[in-house]
This record gives sequence, structure tokens and C-alpha cells, in this order.
Amino acid sequence: MKPLLQSEAFVRIAAPLGVGIALFVLWEVGFRLASVPVYLFPKPSDIFTSFVNNGPSLFRALLVTLRVTLQAFAAAVIIGTLVAFMFVQSRAIEISLFPYAVLLQVTPVVAIAPLVIILVKNTQLSLTICATLVALFPIISNTTLGLRSVDPGLANYFRMNRASRFKTLVKLRIPGALPYFFGGLRISSGLALIGAVVAEFVAGTGGRSSGLAYEILDAGFTLDIPRMFAALFLITLTGVVLFAAMVVLSRLALSNWHESEIRTET
Amino acid sequence: MVTGGERPPAVEVLSAEKVFSNGTRGLAPINLSIADGEFLTLIGPSGCGKSTLLKLIANLIEPSDGRLLWWRGNFSQVGQEGRRFAFVFQEPTLMPWARVEANVRLPLELSNVTKTKAAPLVAEALEQVGLSAFTRHFPRQLSGGMKMRVSIARALVTKPNLLLMDEPFGALDEFTRNKLDADLIRLWWEGKLTTVFVTHSIYEAVFLSTRIIVMAANPGRIFRTMTIGEPQPRGEGFRDSPKFAAYCRELSTWLAKASLPSASAGVS
Repeated sequence: MKPLLQSEAFVRIAAPLGVGIALFVLWEVGFRLASVPVYLFPKPSDIFTSFVNNGPSLFRALLVTLRVTLQAFAAAVIIGTLVAFMFVQSRAIEISLFPYAVLLQVTPVVAIAPLVIILVKNTQLSLTICATLVALFPIISNTTLGLRSVDPGLANYFRMNRASRFKTLVKLRIPGALPYFFGGLRISSGLALIGAVVAEFVAGTGGRSSGLAYEILDAGFTLDIPRMFAALFLITLTGVVLFAAMVVLSRLALSNWHESEIRTET
Repeated sequence: MVTGGERPPAVEVLSAEKVFSNGTRGLAPINLSIADGEFLTLIGPSGCGKSTLLKLIANLIEPSDGRLLWWRGNFSQVGQEGRRFAFVFQEPTLMPWARVEANVRLPLELSNVTKTKAAPLVAEALEQVGLSAFTRHFPRQLSGGMKMRVSIARALVTKPNLLLMDEPFGALDEFTRNKLDADLIRLWWEGKLTTVFVTHSIYEAVFLSTRIIVMAANPGRIFRTMTIGEPQPRGEGFRDSPKFAAYCRELSTWLAKASLPSASAGVS
């Protein structure tokens, strides 16, 4: 068996983990020695205690935010892919609609969120709409690019064999677009979370349907800084898990053939 | 003996010429009859229109004037039993996401042949190019020569009568190219395939062909026809024979003449 330190997989996980643990230790020890008050900047141990004490409410908030994020992400993937297919089918559609997709992308969600929240009665739905608007663009642009980036030699071959439009789409355009699509998924998953949190901030909804953003707002009002950090960590963790899930998905789909996922043997 | 006179020619080019949309005269009117079972090679300096002529034969482009006949008929009946053709490009143009067998199956799939019906045909084509052990591989796992073999198998799987090849081995090293040439001549002989082959290599042209068309540029036209009357199928021994050297020398002389500027000025 190879020594652990020589294993690429082990180092890949252990090295950043080691840095993280070292930072936490430094943080804990340093802040203890300097006796920084909790209401200014909490120590890791304070945050952990807050996690334990506020566990159920934080967990409920996480589920709310996660639900909005996943709904928005799913909506963005479905709508984005459909729009990309439309763009590729007709140049006229793309030329007429693409500027509006850009418009959606460049308008900050904080600016549209109040409007959406006023227009849509259901809070959950309005939050999902805001997050979808943020997550949509990378899917549209990446998938469109992918569907267009067909190997010209293969496209020629399909034409020569009198392949139908549908067969060319299924056998050539879609498989060829997958690497771009997965690139879009990675960006979009993170954006869906950001969109969800920002929309929650704007909506400021409390009560039973409050998400992690409201936990942060509420902790701020009551100067419960450790709870603020705890909620923040949960948001970050969610983002990392989402990203990792997309990486795994992309690896599963592409590892056999695409350069980005092929691990060269040395 | 190869060119049986009783069967109709595979392709007839009847005063077909090509003027491109920018006004360039790609091909002066060409008359050419490609006999059934012939191995015809087009060779010439760049810009002589050999690829254009091949594309005309493949009906990838239309002649500006004149016409072509396939098996004494027009193009609409190409694709019927006994009148199929396949095209092999300079690049293997394989689908990187599909295994070797799926790549070879592609033309059958595009003409709606079911997987069960396609399976024995795919296996046979892969056997013909010596890749039976690599059906489950992905293109990236294969060498350049093997990818080209997959591309040839994909052409053979439809059981074509006419095989059109546009510098198929141009990007390969000489050793691999010689090996593929030897395989190709066997496949041509066994499959009674009419083949039209474009190349830059004098040795390849002499080794493979029953007839070589030397072309010249400005405008593209037939400069000289050479018949290589060596018995078939030719083995590697042919490469070492004095006759081979003599043919190569003759072809080289004609090519040099076809490349001279005066050769171009003479006709136009």
C-alpha cells in the first residue's frame, strides 16, 4: 500500500482541511488571549455553542433556504435549457431575445426583489422567482454556446448522411453540449443560493417560513453574533455541498471522454 | 480484369465544371469515367481541384455546369441496394463521447436500422479493420491510426459500392500509413469496392491505384492519366520492386510538370 502522504486523493482533502483546522485553532487561542468580547466577534467555541443551542431553529431555517434554492435551481435548469434550445433552433429568436436575457442578468436581484415580492402574494414563490432570475443566465449562455459548438467535421458527416434535425440534435448537439452545460450548472447552483439568500434579506420574512437570511437579520437585531456566524456557516456549507454535487455529477457524465474530467496517469 | 467492361461505370463526370461564388474557377470542364471496381487516385499540387472533384462525385457540391451520373442514373437513386457510397475524411471525425461500436453504428442509426440488426454489421466492419478487441473503447483511448481504422469501419458498415477518401492517411506517420494502405488494398479487393482516393503521396498513389489522375491548377483540370497495370492484390513486395520505383519516378515527373507555372498558363 502507498503511504498516505503520497496519495493524491488524501492530500487533496487533508491539505485544505489542515489549513482550516489551523485557522480555527489560531482564531480560538488568539481571541481567548486578547479576550475579544463575544458581541464584537465570537470565538469558534461560541459559535459551536450557539449551533447546539439554536439547532432546531437553524435547521428549520436551513431547510427553508434550501427549498427555495433547489426550486430556483431546478427552474433555472429547465427554463434555461429550453431557452437555449430555442436560441439554437432559430437565429432570429436568439437575436431578438438574447439582449433581454442579458438585461435580466445585469439587473441586480436586490433591485427587482421588492417588486417581485409585492407582485407575487406567496412569499415562497416570490423568493423562488428572484433566485431563479439570478441562476438562469449561466445556464442559457453556456448551453447555447455548447449546442452551437458542434465539431464541423461531424456536422458535415451528419449532413452527408441526411440526418434529420431531431437526430442531429439528439446524437450530436446534445452530447457535444454537455461539458458546457455542466459548467453552467456549477455556476448556477451557487447563484441560486445567493439569489435565495438575497431575496430573503429583501423580503425579511419572519415567522415559520423564515430562512437563514432572516436568522442573520434577526441575530443582528438582538446582537446575538454567534448565531449570526452559525447561520453564515450553514449558508457557506450549503454552497460548498451544492458545488461538490455538481462536480460529482459532471464527473459521472463526462469522465469517459471529456478532457476536463479525464485524469491523466503519471 | 479488374475493370470489367460489361458493368456500367460507377461514376461519370460529364463536362462538369465548378466556378465558386467569388468567381474563382475551381475546375475547368472535366470528363471522367470511373469504372466499376476501379481504384482511382487523384493527385496534384494544392489548388488543383482534386478535393473539389471528389466533393462533386460525393454530391457534396453541385457542378456550375455539366453533370454527373452515378451508375448511369442521377443522384436521387444513390443509396439504394448496390448503389451506396461512403466518404472518409482526412480527420477521423469520431464522436468523442461514444464508444467505438457506437461510432461505427452511427450511419446505420441515421438510416433507422435497429440496434439488433446493426450489431452483426458493426462486428463485421470492426473485424475487417482489425479492431474487434476495441469495441468498448472510447476514441481518446486509441492511437491516430486506430481512430482512422474506426472511421474506415464506419464507412464499410453500410456496405458501400463506392468509397470516397479525401487524404485519409495524410496526418499519420509513414509506418502507420503503409500498414493502412496495405489493409485498404485488401478491403478494396475483397469487397469489390470502387474507390476514389485523394492523396499527396506519390508512393501511396502508385501502391494503391489501378489508375492515377494527375491534376494541375488554375483552373483545376486533368493533366495526365497514368495506369498502374500491376496484378492485384498487391503485397508489400510491390513496394520493393524496380517497377514500383519506375512508376514513382514517372509520376513524380508528371507531378513536377503539372506544378510548373507554364502548365497553368498553357491551357487558360
